[in-house]
Amino acid sequence: MHDTEPKALTVPVNKIIPFSVVDGPGSRFAVFFQSCGFSCAYCHNPETMRMCTGCGSCLEVCPSQALKRAGGESHTGSILWDPKLCCGCDACIKACTNSSSPRIRYMTAGDILEEMHTALPFIQGITVSGGECTIWEPLVTELFGRVKQLGKTTFADTNGQRAFREMKELTRVMDKAMLDVKAWDERTHIRLTGQSNRTVLSNLEYLGSIGKLYEVRTVIVPGYLPNEETVEQVSRLLARFPDVRYKLIRFRTFGVKGPLRKQESPSEAYMEALRQLAQSCGAKKVVIA
Amino acid sequence: MSELMDILKDPTMDYQQRCIQLAKYAENLEDPIQLSERAKYFQEKQVVTDMGEGAAPYRPRYVTIDFDKFFRQGSKFLMLEPPKDIWDAVSDLMIIYHHIPGVTMQPVYIGHLDRLLEPFYTTYEETKRAVKMLLMHLDRTIPDSFCHCNLGPYDTKVGRIILELSAEMQRPVPNMSLIYNEDTPDDFALKAIETGLITAKPSFVNDAMYRKEWDNYCVASCYNVLPVGGGGYTLGRMNLRYLEELKPTREELMGGLLKEAVLCQCELIDKRIQFIVDDCRFFENSFLVEEGLIERERFVGMFGIVGLAELVNGVLDAKKQEERFGTGEEANTFAEEILDLIHETVDGYVPKYGKIYMHGQVGISTDEGTTPNVRVPVGEEPEFYRHLAVTARMQKNFETGVGELFPFDVTAKKNPRAVLDVIRGAFSMNMRYFSFYSRDTDVIRVTGYLVKLSEVEEYRKGKAVLDNTTNYGSGAKDGLKIMQRKVRGFDYA
Repeated sequence: MHDTEPKALTVPVNKIIPFSVVDGPGSRFAVFFQSCGFSCAYCHNPETMRMCTGCGSCLEVCPSQALKRAGGESHTGSILWDPKLCCGCDACIKACTNSSSPRIRYMTAGDILEEMHTALPFIQGITVSGGECTIWEPLVTELFGRVKQLGKTTFADTNGQRAFREMKELTRVMDKAMLDVKAWDERTHIRLTGQSNRTVLSNLEYLGSIGKLYEVRTVIVPGYLPNEETVEQVSRLLARFPDVRYKLIRFRTFGVKGPLRKQESPSEAYMEALRQLAQSCGAKKVVIA
Repeated sequence: MSELMDILKDPTMDYQQRCIQLAKYAENLEDPIQLSERAKYFQEKQVVTDMGEGAAPYRPRYVTIDFDKFFRQGSKFLMLEPPKDIWDAVSDLMIIYHHIPGVTMQPVYIGHLDRLLEPFYTTYEETKRAVKMLLMHLDRTIPDSFCHCNLGPYDTKVGRIILELSAEMQRPVPNMSLIYNEDTPDDFALKAIETGLITAKPSFVNDAMYRKEWDNYCVASCYNVLPVGGGGYTLGRMNLRYLEELKPTREELMGGLLKEAVLCQCELIDKRIQFIVDDCRFFENSFLVEEGLIERERFVGMFGIVGLAELVNGVLDAKKQEERFGTGEEANTFAEEILDLIHETVDGYVPKYGKIYMHGQVGISTDEGTTPNVRVPVGEEPEFYRHLAVTARMQKNFETGVGELFPFDVTAKKNPRAVLDVIRGAFSMNMRYFSFYSRDTDVIRVTGYLVKLSEVEEYRKGKAVLDNTTNYGSGAKDGLKIMQRKVRGFDYA
């Protein structure tokens, strides 16, 4: 091999679900990337938020010796994970104080496509999620381009932290996005996620206007978020895009580690009232999850 | 107690179920079919069997009459004119169902009900009432879910009513298949999947595969594919697991033993057919023949197999999971060689009447340690897509039917399109038949037939239950480990 040959791009993959029925239309191959620009208080898979710092707190809790430090115990190298030894008990994730996971695989677009190979006859396409997939824009763009060549569809499940208007090539090879609008009010959004929502709302408008929005999602947390305001404003905007589905997600404590881990879930009646609110404000397809 | 007294006094059987058992007991009092010494040897080793069909077959196992013709011409024998409206049609069906011979003493094929009833559609309400009456009649009078209704491939109003009623009624009878092909609209297929995720039926039939082999076929009993206007004479079943217990080497098996055993199984099937035709003169004593609703020429013999997994793993001595049938490539290739040799031998055998075709038998309640047909044993299934691919690959030789079932996670109920994607993918790889259910339903598919879980529990407590298949099902629930099947869905990775 020549030194000058460009290395293939690799990105950290937290998880692949080869048969997913909940990540877009039909049967999908779902890839979850590591790392996210938001720190949502209600995140239900917080182990995807940050990159591993190699602190080693997971090493001692692993019951199946699937985790090792590169270079041996005395070194300060990164944590290595052996999927063959892993029993999937999640003890490492529970022990992690950094919202990360040692079970990360660095993969190229080619690696992902190779894993997708057996899935091809049975799926409509791929969905990239996270963490936040757009952080890995160059790889996602390459991956989507190659998936399109196979005649399959490309969906991105995104928090909207990066402007699609500026990710021209990615947006071109992406069929549709599923966008989280966590809160309409900017200050609320900062309180919940640590970041502004200006880019998110501009993405909502932009993706809708170019017909690349499949679904908008809002997690409903009574007593913590101004749910009515968000549902009302999103629905008014979605009135212009009747094909876009608006999914209202009932907050659940499952997997939540942050300050909301003891927050109550909304009642059926409350969810139903929000559905009616959404419909009265112009959202055409409202679903409760 | 004697076997006779056992039947008469069995508290878990009602009157009708006892009658069926009594007839079977009487049939087995004599043994009129004489086999060759070699066939007897394989029979003694449980390799070659008649699957408890009865020692003296006096009628074909499955009779699949031409209901379309019956509707066109009525019946002189039954004094029926061709039906004029939906009520005539439903009534005529209920009458003729009582005149269909068969191993279960009940019809195993009740017609392509959508195709039959669509011309009589009046209003939604009236048609639904009539169809509901028919379905309820079937459920309450035919005590087993081997009774099979066919739907599709086209979208019909009656087809949709049948699906709706199936979801509403949630009864195991009748079993149901949707003939699926490129003419089946997605919308109708999705409706069928939504129904299936509620009540484990219909299953999907890959019409592209079967129409290459049959001009006019139906799905009967579990998933037996048979010519309409004929049926299946007998189902002999070869248990490959017991062939493995003879401990042949791979060379011995492929060099002669397998072929010899297959020929002995064919001999048993052939002689049973001759008994039906020549000794019992079945075709000379039936108004169904006189009126052209069945023809002898449209009956076939069925060569069933079970236990492919055990034979392959045993002969190859495959212990590690990555080497075993379903996962290991060498094992899978060897399995295909076995199936091809069986097919070639069966195909070359010329019985006195008709022809014999392969059938992937679904298993019976006493089959502990034998995996049905060509399935991967429960608990050893590879990753989902590989499981689908290997299943499709093993199904190619089975002209008279084979099937596998896939439980889905409840999340699939909100995304029936995902199940359709999987079915279409499997069919593009030549899978013949796809059954599915959702993990949370009461009616579940045991192996090829349906039972209500709540009734299995009743049966366990020693009560008589309406459905005969519940009795079979309660055994299969343990023996075939059906409750441990791998569920496919969101949390599956």
